Amino acid sequence: MTTTRPLLGSPMTRLEGREKVTGTARYAVDYPVDRVAYAWPVPAAVARGEITAVDATAALADPAVLAVLSYENAPRLHDTDDRTLAVLQSPHIAHRGQFAALAVATSLEAARGAAAAIRVAYAPEPHDVILTRDHPGLYKPDEVDEGMPTDREHGDFDTVYARAQVRLDAVYETPPLHNHPLEPHAATAMWDGDDLTVYDSNQGATAVQHVLAELFGLATGKIHVINEHVGGGFGSKGTARPHVVLAAMAARVVRRPVKLALPRNQLAAVTGHRSPTIQRIRIGADTEGHVQALAHEVTTQISALDGFVEPAAVVSRVMYAAPNSRTTHRVTRLDVPTPSWMRAPGECPGMFALESAMDELAIACGVDPIELRVRNEPTVEPDSGLPFSSRHLVECLREGTRRFGWHDRDPRIAGKHEGRLLIGSGVAASTYPVYVMASHAEAHAGPDGSYEVHVSASDIGTGARTVLTQIAADALGVPLDRVRVRVGSSDLPPASVAGASSGTASWGWPVHKACTELRQRLEALGHSVPEQGLTVAADIAEDLDDREDYARHAFGAQFAEVQVDTVTGETRVRRLLGVFAAGRILNPRTARSQFIGGMTMGLGMALLEGSTMDPAFGDYAERDLASYHVPACADVPEIDVHWIEEEDPQLNPMGSKGIGEIGIVGTAAAIANAVHHATGVRIRALPIHPAVLMPPLAGARQASPS
Amino acid sequence: MGAMTAVTLHINGERFSRELDNRTTLLDLLREHAHLSGAKKGCDHGQCGACTVLLDGRRVNACLLLAVSMDGTDVTTIEGLSDGNALHPLQQAFLDHDAFQCGFCTPGQICSAVAAIAEARAGWPSVVTAQDEPEGPVELTAPEVRERMSGNLCRCGAYVNIVSAVREVAR
Ligand code: FES
Ligand code: FES
Repeated sequence: MTTTRPLLGSPMTRLEGREKVTGTARYAVDYPVDRVAYAWPVPAAVARGEITAVDATAALADPAVLAVLSYENAPRLHDTDDRTLAVLQSPHIAHRGQFAALAVATSLEAARGAAAAIRVAYAPEPHDVILTRDHPGLYKPDEVDEGMPTDREHGDFDTVYARAQVRLDAVYETPPLHNHPLEPHAATAMWDGDDLTVYDSNQGATAVQHVLAELFGLATGKIHVINEHVGGGFGSKGTARPHVVLAAMAARVVRRPVKLALPRNQLAAVTGHRSPTIQRIRIGADTEGHVQALAHEVTTQISALDGFVEPAAVVSRVMYAAPNSRTTHRVTRLDVPTPSWMRAPGECPGMFALESAMDELAIACGVDPIELRVRNEPTVEPDSGLPFSSRHLVECLREGTRRFGWHDRDPRIAGKHEGRLLIGSGVAASTYPVYVMASHAEAHAGPDGSYEVHVSASDIGTGARTVLTQIAADALGVPLDRVRVRVGSSDLPPASVAGASSGTASWGWPVHKACTELRQRLEALGHSVPEQGLTVAADIAEDLDDREDYARHAFGAQFAEVQVDTVTGETRVRRLLGVFAAGRILNPRTARSQFIGGMTMGLGMALLEGSTMDPAFGDYAERDLASYHVPACADVPEIDVHWIEEEDPQLNPMGSKGIGEIGIVGTAAAIANAVHHATGVRIRALPIHPAVLMPPLAGARQASPS
Repeated sequence: MGAMTAVTLHINGERFSRELDNRTTLLDLLREHAHLSGAKKGCDHGQCGACTVLLDGRRVNACLLLAVSMDGTDVTTIEGLSDGNALHPLQQAFLDHDAFQCGFCTPGQICSAVAAIAEARAGWPSVVTAQDEPEGPVELTAPEVRERMSGNLCRCGAYVNIVSAVREVAR
């Protein structure tokens, strides 16, 4: 009998790695296509109003220009739930940057030139774009993030808080943040009769297929969405975005394939972003730091076209034992771009606030911040009362303490200098829920001993293709090179999006199920594969229904050391450490990269990222990569990542929790807490720019001339 | 229709000749006319480095150059780095160190790293090179690599692994 070494848990190299390093991996607008035309959108130049005229005369004077589309002549689309996809359907402009027109030409240069030559006239209306804590339009949404309650109340917060020995009341703010995947949203669309094929940059081919079918009034089988390689998404490609609708529409009109890659400076307005949050946190505790009352009240915004309500207070329903608590969300509708998902929506901004507040509480009580968190560790999930399927936050904190050298830290504030630099360190917890979504897969055994596994999964850089192959080969009990996993097409068995850190669980489960059953059927046949091969299909909908009730979350602890220049006000991160407990780690190589990637984006959130709503124009001022600063190589120090061995039988057959998002959760708080330790300055509104640190640092220098 | 100009250059050792719209960038020449889609368009404004290629051996942002000004030049793209099936040492190091996730920045990172290593060998200082550093090759320490590779953004955050991949090849 031959045995194979389990592939799950081994650091396999990415299967598509060779294509990526040789430049042969094809992304949405990389496919050679005959007779291709190019489209270039025209963004609306008012924040609210009506288009009164579209003059395409000058644009159409160039014979290379095939069409100019606007609401006046664009094909009619069917309605969907997502109003951002109703492109060029109405003269009404809901926000600046919404598409007003589209130029299509035989060359990229002509399309761009034509877009610049289109004259759109508007009747502008007054706009309202600035979020405030007392905005008159604030209301209580029915729910946040599909089915989560808007508000929760336990015990008697007001009374217990009023009587608490130690009280903290602080407001934290996170700015608008933009996903900016390095590949802009892009699509190549081709019609063949009523069949539409799109190479599209998205996080879920099945989802995009369904919405295109709805918009164009076609059967889903007529729509073929291919996303073989995707240049990142971070939530902003989690559903169909307007670019793909425009491309398909243009291809239909000009009767040629059309490529459309959004110019970078259009992304902020039309591809979704993380909305700004204003979060008030109040904590009442005893002098030992036991939290008795906790309120987390979130104010945020959506657009005139709706959008996603950032569920930032949800973390306070999960993290700490607080017998009396209140968590609320209030939202207002503004004339702004439509917010959507960005890496760890809810958890990421929410944990900046909560974990900053826990640091403030630790200092107020004179308790070590790690000890404070340990003291408030709950036995069951505080809001639901459900047992945790597994929770190893304390172990992460303890392991991080040891690895980071936390015990050597002098808790005194602003106590460590190196010349003009102030040095400090900080800690914060991380958390992210375990999600699984219904998906299908098929496993096929060929008579030659090879296996094919099909699932409409999306590898947006996570390593999904690789880990699914590991899962399949293990379940089949064969070496890796006998198995080919196909992903990245809506023609494959339908599957969920690469989002909510759910991909590996949602796709791996049906892959595991199909392969396990295929193996059993082959064993029953005495390992002789019929001539036409043997195929097994699997669906996990029932398995999901059968799961027991548990609170399922991953946890982690993040540590940061920073230096703050007292002359320039610049903060630089010297080192980051993350310790995570996320179930079984199925591929340590790609997992480590994902954790580091999340922490890197968290560093960006802490120090660099954020955009400003221009009140006069109703527009995000930082729209390109020169003004919206994502971390560059020189911003990022050595990042150390470890994980706790965690066995949890309540997850899925692989025993894994998602890891794509938890890395960004808590990083910004750990860095802000480190900045406070270094300088004594508490930054409650991100990012920590020199401009916000300089005045208090200068003040401190004057107070103590040394 | 824009004014057209004929241009002839060598791409990965092969002669390429075409009449092009004067507005065409080198990046669009490569991607749309030469069908070499390895160089990527992340921003089209010289802000991300995804389009980095080697022009007469030096790294450039192909999105910032007009194709018609490239007459007589030698351009090397990511497709031209490997020798048949044998990967360039940097391509291999990127694989070994998992120095990418989505891979969209990767062709630009690798081309940029090829030139960064050559620049350090030729003794070009960077802003983090010590003032009193003697003439001659600059050692590619981690801060040197971070500085010299900062024209290539990676939104997936693969920098930690990119630095170790580049340092391994520079050694
Ligand atoms: S595409 Fe050239 S630098 Fe971004
Ligand atoms: S690997 Fe995705 S941007 Fe670098």
